[in-house]
Amino acid sequence: MTDATHRVVTVRKVVSEGETGVTLIFDNSIVADAGQFVMVWLPDVGERPFSVMDDYPLSLTIADVGPFTHALCALSCGDRLWIRGPYGKGFRIEGRRHLLVAGGSGAASLALVAKVARRQGDRVIVFLGAGTESHLMLRWRFGELGCRLIVATDDGSEGYQGSVLDALQNWREDIVADMVYGCGPEPMLAALAQYAQKTDVPLQVSLEAVMKCGLGVCGNCHRGDRLVCKDGPVFSGQVFSHALQLDEMS
Amino acid sequence: MVDLGVDLCGVSLSNPLVLASGIWGSCAHTLIRLARRGAGVVTSKSCSLMPRMGHPNPTVLHWEGGLINAVGLSNPGAKTQRAVLRKAKEGLTPLGVPLIASVFGESESAFRRAVELVAEAEPDFIELNISCPNVESEFGEPFALNPAAAGKVTAAVRSVYDGRLLVKLSPNAPNIVQVARAVASEGADGLTAVNTLGPGMIIDVHAGRPVLSNRVGGISGAALRPVAVRCVYDLAASVDIPIIGTGGVLDGEDAVQMIMAGATAVGVGSALEVHGDGAFQHILKGLEGFMMSEGYERLDDFRGCAHD
Repeated sequence: MTDATHRVVTVRKVVSEGETGVTLIFDNSIVADAGQFVMVWLPDVGERPFSVMDDYPLSLTIADVGPFTHALCALSCGDRLWIRGPYGKGFRIEGRRHLLVAGGSGAASLALVAKVARRQGDRVIVFLGAGTESHLMLRWRFGELGCRLIVATDDGSEGYQGSVLDALQNWREDIVADMVYGCGPEPMLAALAQYAQKTDVPLQVSLEAVMKCGLGVCGNCHRGDRLVCKDGPVFSGQVFSHALQLDEMS
Repeated sequence: MVDLGVDLCGVSLSNPLVLASGIWGSCAHTLIRLARRGAGVVTSKSCSLMPRMGHPNPTVLHWEGGLINAVGLSNPGAKTQRAVLRKAKEGLTPLGVPLIASVFGESESAFRRAVELVAEAEPDFIELNISCPNVESEFGEPFALNPAAAGKVTAAVRSVYDGRLLVKLSPNAPNIVQVARAVASEGADGLTAVNTLGPGMIIDVHAGRPVLSNRVGGISGAALRPVAVRCVYDLAASVDIPIIGTGGVLDGEDAVQMIMAGATAVGVGSALEVHGDGAFQHILKGLEGFMMSEGYERLDDFRGCAHD
């Protein structure tokens, strides 16, 4: 049967991500680059894009923010869902010292960067931010991979009090990195782009967008003159800044 | 050297490739990018008088024959689209790439009012999308299936718009030639042939459900190509207004087929799934290579030759 549009995957394990959501670990694996995404379909509910948090076994981290993600968070072991992909362009993992900056559920698209980098023996520092301690996602995963983890919460309930960017800019030691990787809310990424420019370190960011096709056809997910699904979701700092400028002009 | 230039209803194009509507066309910046990347003319996504959300996901799927889609004409409405089109026109004019604005309406009066708004952005052409198969459950049979209905909507628009008017036809019409004659006699300057085929359906056997939320959707890509080429062939034999041959053109020789069937220009849509913004260069390179190896200097040297 060649015209199947999706493949079926089965939930093996559900890991709680505090008050924010869950990580679903599947019985299946996927060949994907860090930063690529899959379209997840739940029949009769909907279909949306999610970053591949881990490839082997396939794992997806879901923030419970609406009816569709709520349904995903309610899945248990043995439940099935349907995926297509992976799609999009992922991160180029370059250099040996990697700085990962994640806001909220943005951690999901950076976890595979950490895995690939750690597997080749590289140094990985992760700045992980959220509003409050119970909203931090994937702390366990970055810890398990042996990353150096620095946590920031807006309310100071855990780690540095303030945004993840404040934490990065005010950190007591110099952060030395060959590449910065960011994922999170766009204002955070815009601030990160300024930081990367100031410190003269190359930056890649992963963007979120409302997608329809995921295939580079419908154009629904445009940012500036780029399509998040096909040209991205990972963009260089320069392309990201240019796309923001174009959108501001519109 | 080969000359790929084309005259489409009095507008000169540097090459025959037309970005089809519904592909990347909801934003001025993406239209401008594709013009820079080799499109001869670009078409914006269809807009209606009022904004539309379109259908929920899944809306577009890849299958072995190409794509199946039921996006459902999501658009911000004609007033907002007018601003998008103005912005697009501003960026396209210095590039020498004309703009086709696609318009959709659920009734003759909605078509007329949407065209009036969109015309204020001064696109080079307006294309009437009377053939979308994905909103039938909402609006009933598309105008393009019935010659009288298609003629009436063309006449209604013609009464308020004196610019270049294209009408996009459906491969699902029982007799596409009669529909084409009806719209030509009511003042259409050109035809876009064709919209998607079907609608079709794909059922996921594990879910036991149609995959598209709309259940059915229009088929495009390779599976549509032989139908589209036949439609263009029949139309070219029967009407004397230019035709943009659209449907499953993925490479240079597919474009040659359309031109040999009698198309003046060639629409490109699904090819962007495969080649991204390089789709136009890919097709143009193949088209040029074909013309050089066959000794053709101009598209007119083989346009319509399949009828001989």
